[in-house]
Amino acid sequence: MADSSESRAQTFPQLLRQRLQHDAERPAMREKAYGIWQTWTLAQLCEEAFALAAGLSDLGFVRNDTLVIIGDNRPPLYGAMIAAQSLGGVPVPAYQDSVAQEIEYVVDHAEARFIVAENQEQVDKALEIREQCPRVERIIYCDPKGLRNYDPQVVIDIATLMARGREVLKTDPERVNSEIEKGAPSDTAIILYTSGTTGRPKGVVLSHENLLVTARNINAFDRITADEEVLAYLPMAWVGDNTFSFAMGLVAGFCVNCPESASTVAQDLREIGPTFYFAPPRIFESVLTSVIIRMKDAGRLKRWLFEHFMAVAKKTGVALMDGRPVAFWDRLHYGLGELLVYGPLKNTLGFSRVRVAYTAGEAIGPEIFEFYRSLGINLKQLYGQTEATVFITMQPDGVVRSESVGTPPPGVEVRIEDNGEVVYRGPGVFQEYFKNPEATAETKTQDNWVHTGDAGYFDDEGHLRIIDRAKDVGKMNDNSMFAPKFLENKLKFFPEIKEVVTFGDQRDFVTAFINIDLDAVGNWAERNNVTYASYQELAAHPKVYALVQECIEQVNQSLAQDSHLSSSQIRRFLILHKELDPDDGELTRTRKVRRRIINERYGDLIDALFDGREHCFVSTEVMFEDGRQGRIEADLEICDAAVSPERTRAAA
Amino acid sequence: MATEHQSETLLKVDAISLSFGGVHALVDVSFDIQKGEIFSIIGPNGAGKSSMLNVINGVYQPTQGTITYKGEVRQGMRPHEAAVQGIARTFQNVALFKGMNTIDNLMTGRNLKMKSNLLMQGFYWGPAQNEEIVHRQAVENIIDFLEIQSIRKTPVGRLPYGLQKRVELGRALAAEPTLLLLDEPMAGMNLEEKENTCRFILDVNEELGTTIVLIEHDMSVVMDISDRVIVLDYGRKISEGAPDTVRNDQKVIDAYLGVAH
Repeated sequence: MADSSESRAQTFPQLLRQRLQHDAERPAMREKAYGIWQTWTLAQLCEEAFALAAGLSDLGFVRNDTLVIIGDNRPPLYGAMIAAQSLGGVPVPAYQDSVAQEIEYVVDHAEARFIVAENQEQVDKALEIREQCPRVERIIYCDPKGLRNYDPQVVIDIATLMARGREVLKTDPERVNSEIEKGAPSDTAIILYTSGTTGRPKGVVLSHENLLVTARNINAFDRITADEEVLAYLPMAWVGDNTFSFAMGLVAGFCVNCPESASTVAQDLREIGPTFYFAPPRIFESVLTSVIIRMKDAGRLKRWLFEHFMAVAKKTGVALMDGRPVAFWDRLHYGLGELLVYGPLKNTLGFSRVRVAYTAGEAIGPEIFEFYRSLGINLKQLYGQTEATVFITMQPDGVVRSESVGTPPPGVEVRIEDNGEVVYRGPGVFQEYFKNPEATAETKTQDNWVHTGDAGYFDDEGHLRIIDRAKDVGKMNDNSMFAPKFLENKLKFFPEIKEVVTFGDQRDFVTAFINIDLDAVGNWAERNNVTYASYQELAAHPKVYALVQECIEQVNQSLAQDSHLSSSQIRRFLILHKELDPDDGELTRTRKVRRRIINERYGDLIDALFDGREHCFVSTEVMFEDGRQGRIEADLEICDAAVSPERTRAAA
Repeated sequence: MATEHQSETLLKVDAISLSFGGVHALVDVSFDIQKGEIFSIIGPNGAGKSSMLNVINGVYQPTQGTITYKGEVRQGMRPHEAAVQGIARTFQNVALFKGMNTIDNLMTGRNLKMKSNLLMQGFYWGPAQNEEIVHRQAVENIIDFLEIQSIRKTPVGRLPYGLQKRVELGRALAAEPTLLLLDEPMAGMNLEEKENTCRFILDVNEELGTTIVLIEHDMSVVMDISDRVIVLDYGRKISEGAPDTVRNDQKVIDAYLGVAH
């Protein structure tokens, strides 16, 4: 168990050495291999990490060296992070699905001499960029499959390196310990490259102190203990995983579980039954979509049960969780629902034991948010960014709203600038952007206030509400506000719609590009006898257009209720012939829309939306997964949507 | 591509002919397969490729000629005897147990290696228990190797075609064969699935040292991964050699593009 003596630890390796004295046999990590969950106790994890550190040191890894880590969440990779930190070095995790050029930028910018790559796929990327990054000396791999004929001078097995490290430790047992002792709280703990909606990624430098203090504060805020179970399935290069799985895990002493592979996450989730869970809204969305699809295919009785009890949950579930008074009969009714529907459903989804769940990164649809909360899952929102070590605001238990993102946690101050931009200050504030003082100066003021670039305001309850990126909030020609992301999120709440891009800044009216969700619309097509051979064909189907039009008209109706937004109603739209894709640069790796690139690529389509054409020919270059280029062509139809009249305040 | 070849002959096919009544499926075909190589049989439709595989694993008895496997001349071998001797195969049309899940299908591939009787297995009792654990471990290795962890418990009938083919390859591997016969393992696959399958075939060849006989229509695949190729046309061997030699052989070009016979 964590105790107060640990609060004196100043770096993660120091913390681990203290915890080893009384927690050595506690499970620290688990990973499913060969169908069975394998456990690393804290002692094993540290032994491997320190052996690896000794091995790295023998290869010439010294203080302030960077270690680029590419791969899925796996205990040896977390071990590699500890190993680098033990030597006073800096782990730099990279997104595992990045293409070679993206990795090249990170490796080159971080000046890495060593790369830890999970498997052949990642080793191949690392080898591909060696010419551009001559600094790289060694590539260390975890999974030897397919790597037999690679040059052993360059590519080395992590197990071999650990064995070499153990030999070193035999002759020089203090090799790693002495380096750990030298660590200071202001040392860099990690550099995280932000995906960045604009320009090149920036390396956010976080110190041990940033991570340790933040982890302690948040663990206290949500009463996170050593008994939690967590599934680490989000990219290691993302600050969330680093904070939730690594920092908070090591500080609280709970066990972090790694899924078997990216495709088994849903099963692994069910087997582990995490108590503390984090997911971006799109995952909650896709889980809900799959539940709804399965229920639509279910028998009549099951469908009736589901619909009936979901209505009950909607009425009483949230009130129960917030501790508001609920009539005895409703309580009983909800209890029956728990027995028949909610319990089994949560069990299937792996949410039975969830005590605290968070979502962040994007706005979550109120219906989706309410769905999970009404089931009795304590889903909350937080607002954060890499530069803040995640947390800027978060929702305390009992005061959870879908439209706001809560209040600042202990130690964090937030205020709103005159132009509406949210700025904050706190213990998690990043040190700098690596090798980029101009960007640091632009973002962080002398007295440590950080500009988020988001526009927002505090509502009557004192909770922060985020509207949009400050620079994205535009003006329409009639001078009313145009908040593209707000509109897009409203549309994305429909399961049929996967991605939306809206246009309206300095225009007379608002238009939209739509991406349909192949799962949801495909299932709908099956049930409605719509045949199709490809995504493109389905997207162009007149019935699909009608379906999307219905969604848009619903949104228009709700926009008409709000006098600020009624002129943002969507008048014209088209359904894109291809999915927007990070490989084509249209989305970031975390699936945020890159507006500038979309404006460039689809300029003609945007003009067509506004000049009244009824269809428009488009030809797009696409990049396949293996790096080859291709071309997709289509003649897209452009459709009008009905606009609701602005409701004059009926009460007046 | 296998880097080193012990020039040890694993299988020698000598003047094989096979007739069904008046149809001559194979006429006087001879070739050697070296241990550790990837050996491809190509040819136009109806050239006798699948018949050749069926002769090798004992489904058909040749009308003439002999087959020497591991230095012994084979006579009248049955398919299950071929399996005992380490010859495993996959089929042109997937032949899995559709109602069973992936693990169970792979376990059937281990059947020959199981010693305990039906009763013990049925009750998971005595030696059967240890045996089951050993074989399950071997199956888990294959699941890991072929990256099919997410479909362990899915009935194979519900899997997409490409994955079914992968499970079938897994079942053949479960028998730990010396000689693996693959009958069009990439038919009907998309580009990505083909590339994956190529990688698996190369991995099997390199890491497990399995000798592979491949029938495939996709020429780029054959030319990329084979060590040697023979070409059949109307049941006769018309060319043999390294991929480049075969590709430039006028007889092969004629057979594929068609000339008057």
